[in-house]
Amino acid sequence: MAVMTYREALNLALREEMRRDPRVFVIGEEVGLYDGAYKVTQGLLKEFGAQRVVDTPIAESGFTGVGIGAAMVGLRPVVEMMTFNFALLALDQIVNSAAKMHYMSGGQFNVPIVIRGPGGPAAQLAAQHSQSMETYFYHVPGLKVVRPTTPMDAKGLLKSAIRDDNPVIFIESETLYSVKGDVPDDPEFLIPLGKALVRREGTDVTVIAYMGMMYRAMEAAEELEKEGISVELVDPRTLRPMDTETIIGSVRKTHRAVIVEAGAGFAGMGSEIVAFVTEQAFDDLDAPVERVTGANAPMPYARNLEKLKTPSKDKILAAVRRVCNANGG
Amino acid sequence: MAKTLTRGGASSGPGVDAAVAKQLLTDMLLIRRFEEKAAEAYTLGKIGGFLHLYIGEEAVAVGTTSVLRPDDYAISAYREHGHCLAKGSDPKRVMAELYGRRDGLSKGKGGSMHLFDRSTNFLGGHAIVGAHLPIAVGVAFAIKYQGGDQVIVCYFGDGAVPEGEFHESMNLAALWKLPVIFLCENNRYAMGTSVERALAQTEIWRFGQTYGVPSERVDGMDVLAVREAVARAVTRARQHKTPALLEADTYRYRGHSMRDPAGAVYRTKEEVEREKLRDPIVLFRDKLLAAGLLAEADVRAIEKDVNDRVDEAVAFADASPEPPGEWLFTDIYKEA
Repeated sequence: MAVMTYREALNLALREEMRRDPRVFVIGEEVGLYDGAYKVTQGLLKEFGAQRVVDTPIAESGFTGVGIGAAMVGLRPVVEMMTFNFALLALDQIVNSAAKMHYMSGGQFNVPIVIRGPGGPAAQLAAQHSQSMETYFYHVPGLKVVRPTTPMDAKGLLKSAIRDDNPVIFIESETLYSVKGDVPDDPEFLIPLGKALVRREGTDVTVIAYMGMMYRAMEAAEELEKEGISVELVDPRTLRPMDTETIIGSVRKTHRAVIVEAGAGFAGMGSEIVAFVTEQAFDDLDAPVERVTGANAPMPYARNLEKLKTPSKDKILAAVRRVCNANGG
Repeated sequence: MAKTLTRGGASSGPGVDAAVAKQLLTDMLLIRRFEEKAAEAYTLGKIGGFLHLYIGEEAVAVGTTSVLRPDDYAISAYREHGHCLAKGSDPKRVMAELYGRRDGLSKGKGGSMHLFDRSTNFLGGHAIVGAHLPIAVGVAFAIKYQGGDQVIVCYFGDGAVPEGEFHESMNLAALWKLPVIFLCENNRYAMGTSVERALAQTEIWRFGQTYGVPSERVDGMDVLAVREAVARAVTRARQHKTPALLEADTYRYRGHSMRDPAGAVYRTKEEVEREKLRDPIVLFRDKLLAAGLLAEADVRAIEKDVNDRVDEAVAFADASPEPPGEWLFTDIYKEA
């Protein structure tokens, strides 16, 4: 076990998988000579050369399509989106080509591609560079969508994503790149896609969150502990396919649930979780499921407005208290 | 910057031996008869959705494929029955796919617009205009990465040229020197929009010059001219990893799809009839007869052989069962 940053964990995962499998290559804007806009690919050009660390011009649809074509005939590309906001320029390639190739070819051509990069709310990057992007992808059959919260998850999940035979959308976060944590040294350490993690055991309420919202929920859980409310924290880690079993299991134990998500609430991740919790565990619930979501507004630049847009610890505390004080407990 | 310009129709004599000539004629006729039957099946309700016919454009697919190796790749848009058949797919399985049956190439899940055949290196069947061009560049990237000497031919229509992905793909292929042959089948109409209404610069082959990609225009109704132009591009791509842009001047006799049967709003009947005078199959057949490479009896034998194969394909598709209900959920993900 070593302590390293989230960024270093991703870099190590890329290095290990590139050493292990010559079919793996990295492609995207500024991934080589510049060492990565956020330095996730630092040093890869030096170790693996320009054939396997491919700098591209600014042509997201073009180079994503290149990755898809290469994947169809035997390579395993890791496509970097400098920020995931730019993936919208490649949305057709991802949704109509990568996600559906295996299905519409009747299983003849699969697309083992990872499309990775930072997404989600960041610090004063304003409307076009600071938004939750997973929404656009987890709706699509054929894609897998990963959001790794910790350095350990970043490494173990990225390695699994690269070894997966399907297209994987892997969304990191600018705000987490410098977070430090324990990361196993074992190059065969993998975290399977589609498995949630109970990050904190509790008995009174299940809080479901990921990425920055999980860290906020952790702080809230510590405070609530002092009030005598025992919070169980569940991190889905993979949004598609989602480990509904772990979430339902936790709700059956605590009988209450709160979902925290950074994105705007309308038709968000929380909506889906509320739906399956209600469908599968209605009789186990002692209170309505609550969502704490980003405001239904674009991300503003001004610091005070930005703060209002994103779910705060206070809002999480209030929601948990509400469900715990609801009748039926 | 390497560039060439060759006008089509340069070939005077057949320039091929009798065996090759017979094969070219047979392959074009197979596509023609196959699609005529498909159109019939569509009107009978046996084929649904969109059905885009290639009738009139057969010389492009057949001339091109005749200079490819089996391990070379081809990829196309949604008017791809001809490209798929030319690459060597079994007409029975192609027809079964159009019928949406379990023995279709894509198990009935793809349909007319999504034909794929791993056994012939035919990579689809893509129905978002322009989207398969970057994919073709990726296949060429993989060929070079793996140290191979194959090439990929990427067929698309004039309608893809105004798309950003055309330009991104030309740039990337030229920048990285990749063995991809962009083959624009200019049939003059993107659905109902003529090239003149879509492009500020209508000589499509000239876009190659912008990117330093060798490019030329070729008579797409002349199977031998296509064959020669593609052969030049293939040689460059195989030996030097040089991409190419070819513009084949061609014409579709039918509407954009079976839902546009007349095609009369945006073009005249006279124009269609005039274009039929340069029918690639009739012209080539007459040329071979005149040169004495084929006799009338050979032509009749070819016709019969092709008709038999198409009838067989229809019978096969008719007999093939619908895909079982549980296949709705298979092939969404590839299981480890």
